[in-house]
Amino acid sequence: MGATDLTATELNSRLIELNAGYARAIDDGDFEAWPEFFLEDGFYKLTTADNVAQGMEAGLIYADSRNMLRDRVSALRMANIFERHRYRHIVGLPTVLGVEGAGARTDASFLVVRIMRDGTMDLFAAGRYLDRVEAVADGSLRFRERIVVCDSNRFDTLVAIPL
Amino acid sequence: MNAIEQRVVWPPGMVSGAPYWAYQDEATYRLEQKRIFGGAVWNFVCLEADVARPGDYRTTFAGEMPVIVARGEDGEIYAFENRCVHRGALIALDDGGSNAKDFQCVYHAWTYDLKGNLKGVAFEEGSNGKGGMPKDFRKEKHGPRKLYTATLCGLVFASLSDNVPPIEDYLGEAILGRIQRVLCKPTRVIGRFTQALPNNWKLYAENVKDTYHASLLHLFFGTFRITRLTQGGGVLVSEDGGHHASYTIDAPGDAKSEEYAKQGIRSESKEYRLADPSMLDSVDEFGDRIQLQILTVFPGFVLQQINNALAVRQILPKGVGRMELNWTYFGFEDDTPEMRKRRLKQANLVGPAGFVSMEDGCVGGFVQRGVAAAGDEFSMMQMGGDATETDTTRATEASVRGFWKAYRTHMGI
Repeated sequence: MGATDLTATELNSRLIELNAGYARAIDDGDFEAWPEFFLEDGFYKLTTADNVAQGMEAGLIYADSRNMLRDRVSALRMANIFERHRYRHIVGLPTVLGVEGAGARTDASFLVVRIMRDGTMDLFAAGRYLDRVEAVADGSLRFRERIVVCDSNRFDTLVAIPL
Repeated sequence: MNAIEQRVVWPPGMVSGAPYWAYQDEATYRLEQKRIFGGAVWNFVCLEADVARPGDYRTTFAGEMPVIVARGEDGEIYAFENRCVHRGALIALDDGGSNAKDFQCVYHAWTYDLKGNLKGVAFEEGSNGKGGMPKDFRKEKHGPRKLYTATLCGLVFASLSDNVPPIEDYLGEAILGRIQRVLCKPTRVIGRFTQALPNNWKLYAENVKDTYHASLLHLFFGTFRITRLTQGGGVLVSEDGGHHASYTIDAPGDAKSEEYAKQGIRSESKEYRLADPSMLDSVDEFGDRIQLQILTVFPGFVLQQINNALAVRQILPKGVGRMELNWTYFGFEDDTPEMRKRRLKQANLVGPAGFVSMEDGCVGGFVQRGVAAAGDEFSMMQMGGDATETDTTRATEASVRGFWKAYRTHMGI
């Protein structure tokens, strides 16, 4: 089944489910669930609006396989050092920009608040998810591609947890 | 003398320890703006490619001083303070641009040419015979401060000092050679990011020169043998102490790797393996088996080669306890599509989300907060003795001591 087999209403409601599940996994600290929202050869990039506007390809995070995302999670759990913190995502309603092939091009705005262990809360990131989604066997959606386009070029301290 | 303001004395010539007030003191910070960033140093300001054609310009900083770098109609690169001589407003507001003929301050429309010369004063003669500037006003006598510029391997440096040596002499032969090694052909920028760090700029300058911490703080380095203190390599320190280049040579075998396990160091993890190791698929593009080279130019420039991930970083102070790090990721114009992809994947190692560099974003803040009540105490930098010389081990703090040597020289303290 492809995203093209879904009615517009089905597609919309599944997009909302996908985005809500994605944000919940990260905000709950269930990082192991995060790569599972992607297809096996899915693509994830964290970049900025300026880089996109200037045709610059690099990202802060650049992964062209689900396994690369799993490696991010292992590093987060076992290797990288950072002060304990969490995120709270607020994801806007998704828009279907186009349906093509087996998938759909969609986008959604996001805000991420970062809460540090000492209680400091900051608006950590704002931006837009630029996505390509496809439906899998049970009809739920997965990301073929998620490009996180942050509105600001400046990142405070570090980005350990994915956006 | 007000006893309340007295600080612990920093013994003259001491570079194996720095008093923590150096990261906290507002007066010291102000003096640094004059004597370091405004002194006889070369500040990295941009890439030559950023101002490739006449009329191209870029706004940046030398320390806290806002600076415009522009390519003049004569093809030369000019740098001047981004401050209107009239009332002090910024002359250029954007990050940069092209095809500029001149710059006009938005406040009262005073205009400057691409060299920073004041060329136009709105209503200079007044209006209807009234007002205007005094009769003896001469535009050519006024202008924002101009900086000397120097280009090297596609990098643009700027200096406010009449006494700064030519860039090649400033760097010395050894460091110069290490820059030329990486920047050996035309580059292409592939991304730019800014990282705001919650610490004094010197904490990052020290961190990037600190060869001792790399494989201890950063688990990724150790586990995947990107660099280990037991691998071949070393550190070059310039004569004045201010510049350095550390490097790791890919040595087959790595026979001494048990040394880490013996030290009981957290960064030795045998279980940790990548599910997709394609990120570490690197090639010896410079043909010398040097896997990693980190190079600094005093006070605020970093050139990084970590496998095939190449970047320059600009350290900018933003107040006593804040700084920004501007990352410019690049490749070369002749990169094949495979090489471009490799660089994009290896960029995961560096930057604010880098597997091996994200810790550097927070560790300076840990120090800044840790020393909050310890202004009269000193850090200890005695690994490898007291010297600031080139060494063949990286289990030394020679290049960090070098930083303080250059710092004390420029500051006159």
